[in-house]
Amino acid sequence: MTQALPVLVEAAPPPTSPPSEPLVLEHAHPSIGGLDNRKVLMWAFLGSDCMFFGTLIATYMVYKNRSIDGPLPREIFDIPYTSVSAFVLLLSSLTMVLALSSLQRGEERRMRVWLIATALLGTVFLGGQFYEFTTFYHEGLTLSRNLFGSTFFTLTGFHGTHVAIGVFWLLALAAHSFRGRLHREHSLLLEIAGLYWHFVDIVWILIFTLVYLIPD
Amino acid sequence: MSDHSLAHEGGHGHETAHAHPGPKTYVLIGVVLAAITLIEVWAYTHEALQAVLVPMLLSLSALKFVLVVGFYMHLKFDHPVFTGVFGFGLLVAASVITAFLFLFHQYPLPIHHP
Repeated sequence: MTQALPVLVEAAPPPTSPPSEPLVLEHAHPSIGGLDNRKVLMWAFLGSDCMFFGTLIATYMVYKNRSIDGPLPREIFDIPYTSVSAFVLLLSSLTMVLALSSLQRGEERRMRVWLIATALLGTVFLGGQFYEFTTFYHEGLTLSRNLFGSTFFTLTGFHGTHVAIGVFWLLALAAHSFRGRLHREHSLLLEIAGLYWHFVDIVWILIFTLVYLIPD
Repeated sequence: MSDHSLAHEGGHGHETAHAHPGPKTYVLIGVVLAAITLIEVWAYTHEALQAVLVPMLLSLSALKFVLVVGFYMHLKFDHPVFTGVFGFGLLVAASVITAFLFLFHQYPLPIHHP
């Protein structure tokens, strides 16, 4: 081993002048077995976020029907209103995946339309949640009112925060595209943002069923 | 270009096991998701279905979950490693919920009177 090192040093190529063209290293992302690390990392994050929301949902369900005084879920939930919110978020998942499909086809203009539509639908959902929270507050339900209030606002509040982060992310990508920096070869960036957005949607699918629709 | 011919053409095609579906499939999935949500709300409002409401809602919700993860998040078409990474987190979450429900149904919390 001690004799091999000098041989390696001798075998190394002599220093040469810098290449005429700089190496394009900014697009060379590390990967394991052909899988882009950024996408693996996003899936790992979503897996950990499953655990996060799992604990919040478990806490809500454990404390369900244990509030001593109201308001209680059956007294204040407006199912038709929340159903519209659920439709809005489902529709935003469709527009998100259509945005990705458009970019993969090289249709950047169409991609921007779908992307902005997704951000708008997310904003509509957030507006609906703000209205719902305000209504509940005026009906006497606060974070510290009872167990239902604490667990409900914590669960749906964290979900709303996720939606808000997603809206900012989508708007940032749209701005990136308008500046001419988001092309077909960058479709993975949009796909990763899409994974996050769809995750927010599937969490709401569970919340809508477990919190709103399943009776007390 | 056929509906199923769109892979990751942006230089990341190496990481997909199969091509992703196209807009027609996405819209079809969207219609199915909307229809399932309508059925859920319809079932919620019908007294006759109260006996089977909870298993019915859970099944429909699981179906929506699988459709979004499988088609919109492309887990059905992507490398199995992504399914494993996400599935592990999902399994832990489902175990936590199940364990908590079991524990607290076996040993109900005492109601605290202030």
